[in-house]
Amino acid sequence: MSKVRVLVGTRKGAFILESDGKRDQWEISGPHFAGWEMYHVKGSPVDPNRIYASQTSGWFGQMIQRSDDGGKTWHQPGVEPAPPTEPGQMPKPGSNKFVYDAAAAPMTTHQWYDGTQHPWEFKRVWHLEPSLNDRDTVYAGVEDAALFHSTDGAVSWQELPGLRGHGTGPKWQPGAGGMCLHTIILDPSDPKRIYIAISAAGAFRTDDGGKSWKPINKGLYSKYIPNPTAEIGHCVHHVAMNPKRPGLLFMQKHWDVMRSDDAGDNWKEVSGNLPTDFGFVIDVNAHEPETVYVIPIKSDSEHFVHEGKLRVFRSRSGGNEWEPLTKGLPQKDCYVNVLRDAMAVDSLDKCGIYFGTTGGQVYCSNNAGDSWAPIVHDLPAVLSVEVQTLQ
Amino acid sequence: MIRVILPYHLRNLAHVGEEVTLEVDGAVTQRSVLDALEARYPMLQGAIRDHITQQRRPFLRFFACEEDLSHESPDAPLPEAVASGKEPFIVIGAIAGG
Repeated sequence: MSKVRVLVGTRKGAFILESDGKRDQWEISGPHFAGWEMYHVKGSPVDPNRIYASQTSGWFGQMIQRSDDGGKTWHQPGVEPAPPTEPGQMPKPGSNKFVYDAAAAPMTTHQWYDGTQHPWEFKRVWHLEPSLNDRDTVYAGVEDAALFHSTDGAVSWQELPGLRGHGTGPKWQPGAGGMCLHTIILDPSDPKRIYIAISAAGAFRTDDGGKSWKPINKGLYSKYIPNPTAEIGHCVHHVAMNPKRPGLLFMQKHWDVMRSDDAGDNWKEVSGNLPTDFGFVIDVNAHEPETVYVIPIKSDSEHFVHEGKLRVFRSRSGGNEWEPLTKGLPQKDCYVNVLRDAMAVDSLDKCGIYFGTTGGQVYCSNNAGDSWAPIVHDLPAVLSVEVQTLQ
Repeated sequence: MIRVILPYHLRNLAHVGEEVTLEVDGAVTQRSVLDALEARYPMLQGAIRDHITQQRRPFLRFFACEEDLSHESPDAPLPEAVASGKEPFIVIGAIAGG
């Protein structure tokens, strides 16, 4: 019997929601790491019992937690007390140590909110992306924007400096949430191809395992930057791809829903009949690479759903033609937001769709979006939602 | 024996109670106490002091003997009452945020 495990990161801890394949009865555990901001929790596709979590705090900084038993117990990798290697030296655990590789890519500045240049400063890990073929390899997207990876189960982290060293760094700038690398997509058909996205710099792609990177923002139009078609500076909120169709990408930009059929080389707008094309989340049905889900948000000035109605919009045609999905969702007096990493899809038949709100609700559709039900509705503000399909 | 009182979240991180006791060789300073604390509880590395600069994290303060020692030199001797174990060295989080 199939099962699903939904991993929820919130402003005040992580929660794990589990169900059988029917996805109508749920067991909830948590809060794990109560009181901490849990930016992202994600399981390894190689070993579902291996789960990585980003735990962060304005007081105490960044921690990485790891579970090897499906979220029942957790530990910080590599922090076991160890004798000093030489007299007077400290043990050197590195599971929460994210140090930019200044030797490989000299530290530059980036553009600050007021247009001046500002030094790079590590703040937190926004997104963890476990490898598709090795449970001990995991990528981390961080603020200020850079890509790190670990090949020892998150015991130690190294920057992939080619991205930050791309040369366009002085043009990158923080969005309202900070200058974060929030999206990492690994191409299952090409282990050397990785897509990432940064607010507000844009999307980038590597075809050589992270050594070199190419901005992939052609076709994006952002009227809030001096040159609306610039190569760098777009506030990309999220990018999604169905692994069965690598190269077909969908993007929720600050404003505009976009589509690329050529691995990001060119984008075209597919907002179509959406009531507003501002938003954060976007995801693709696990079985239908042209079936896409977004949740329109009223505007960048009013970060809540449009017209007080929580509506998921689905396109079965890869964009442009969108239908509102409302059954089971509040259709009046609703003023929540859905943040960029807070939507996920399972791989059961029918595809399950999940999202979490800033009001603390986590909704599930067990029928590809036709109807919805809350799994839980009084959590802290939801930062991220991931789902594991377990056999 | 040095007594150190930790804030709630650091206790949970280190899986300890409110107060821990440490042995410190040589001069008892902020640096030597925190070095000993982090050697025994490596999960606290980076949580009290920045990994690279070793500066106190901005939203944490160090108190002892009813004095705020946060801005003292990390190599200044701590009060004798701390060195003797009579009084604890207190790491405290700023009251800020929600």
